[in-house]
Amino acid sequence: MGTLYEDIVDYGGEVFGREHMETLKECVQCGKCTGGCPSGRNTALRTRKLMQMALLDLREEIFNAPELWFCTTCFTCYERCPKGVKTTDIIRTIRNLAAKEGHMSVPHRMIGVYVLKTGHAVPIGPDQMKLREKVGLASQPPTTQHPDNKDQLEQVRTIFKSTGYDAMIDFDWETMNLRGMEKKEGKK
Amino acid sequence: MTESLGTYAYFLGCITPNRYPGIEAATKKVFKEFGIETKEMVGASCCPAPGVFGSFDLHTWLPVAARNLAIAEEMELEIYVTCNGCYGSLQEADHLLKTHPNVKEKVNKILSKFGREYKGTTKVNHSIVILHDVIGLDRLKEKIKKPLDDVNVAVHYGCHFLKPSEVRGHGSSETPYILEDLIRVTGAKDVDYKDKLMCCGAGGGNRTADTVQSLEWTRQKLVNAMMAGCDCMVHPCAFCHLQLDRGQAEMNKAFGTSFNFPILFATQFIGLAMGMSQEELGLDIQTSTMPEKLIK
Repeated sequence: MGTLYEDIVDYGGEVFGREHMETLKECVQCGKCTGGCPSGRNTALRTRKLMQMALLDLREEIFNAPELWFCTTCFTCYERCPKGVKTTDIIRTIRNLAAKEGHMSVPHRMIGVYVLKTGHAVPIGPDQMKLREKVGLASQPPTTQHPDNKDQLEQVRTIFKSTGYDAMIDFDWETMNLRGMEKKEGKK
Repeated sequence: MTESLGTYAYFLGCITPNRYPGIEAATKKVFKEFGIETKEMVGASCCPAPGVFGSFDLHTWLPVAARNLAIAEEMELEIYVTCNGCYGSLQEADHLLKTHPNVKEKVNKILSKFGREYKGTTKVNHSIVILHDVIGLDRLKEKIKKPLDDVNVAVHYGCHFLKPSEVRGHGSSETPYILEDLIRVTGAKDVDYKDKLMCCGAGGGNRTADTVQSLEWTRQKLVNAMMAGCDCMVHPCAFCHLQLDRGQAEMNKAFGTSFNFPILFATQFIGLAMGMSQEELGLDIQTSTMPEKLIK
């Protein structure tokens, strides 16, 4: 584990390229990101502050900041940054690092459960099958959730296993749910 | 006979087929009218959501997206989508895999576990770009049977159709024009309103983790459109549709409001102007109801 900046460049760099992530150090704290941030009007999210916290290596503080999760990834700041700092991708990468260290809400972990069960973050139910028929569509599309496509769903599960996503959200393959959450599962 | 304008693989994603099948039905019907054939992508999964899985683990997000792209490659077809989340995810993944050979190699190592490979031979198109650029405004105009002359429309773009503009390639994200062109071709008027380009509030895991907070964005968005005298909102994103439409029932419960503001996906709006019924387009099976002037 290096500094937070180094970790951002390493982890995000493997997807976006290192140069993309290194734009973080170009931040001059002008605040244009925060000025145009629609979330910042309603929440405590201050993108300028997040960039500075990342550069100051305030790892625990940023991982524990609730506002880290109030960015909707709208990319307004990304488009407007006069220094070309790839803000939204930096925020997503910081969230990745936070999630890896266990900072992930139950509803967020549940999205992974739905995908591991069906291949869909928003799976179909009996009511929606009827709605599909009402507009002249097959009751189920031929995606991973279709009973005929179990082998396809298995491919998605293989990806999640190979990257350790199942372990990250503490997924229990026996109960097909979060460990210890069998009875608490709420419908979203 | 209608001339053929090509065959595409329809990447459905989650919200379109599983929550708003009217969007799927409308898009297939409108496209068919213009000679665009749709093929189903057997075995496709969640895109996966860019702001959600991208926020939790980019290294899982990318191979899942690459697997979906590989399915279209095996079909030897380009993709179209009806959700900005799917667009954001698949188009960005395609861009990253095409521009970073080392990333592609790593992803293909995972896909090879079940005999698939991302080659980089498909293209991810948004359905509204197909409407605007492949079908084109002239062909669209010829099929408008019920001009929506007296309808004022609030255009909502959502975020990931336009941004990041360096990846999307639809020009400046501050001065978009595609949806406006599509509205005008029906005879309706697109009306500027406060914070027109603002996000619906759902993305990045916001809706999931803090629904009421995310609905406050939606409330502002709808009030701004109503204050500008708009009759409805037209957008290109199934996920925004969920937030803007079902969100009204959630807001009415959470905030004690009484919203019933019509929300339409772009092909549903075009479908009405082409003379299709609201039942065919699935507009009667959602939260917000359509006013007389739209379904006359």
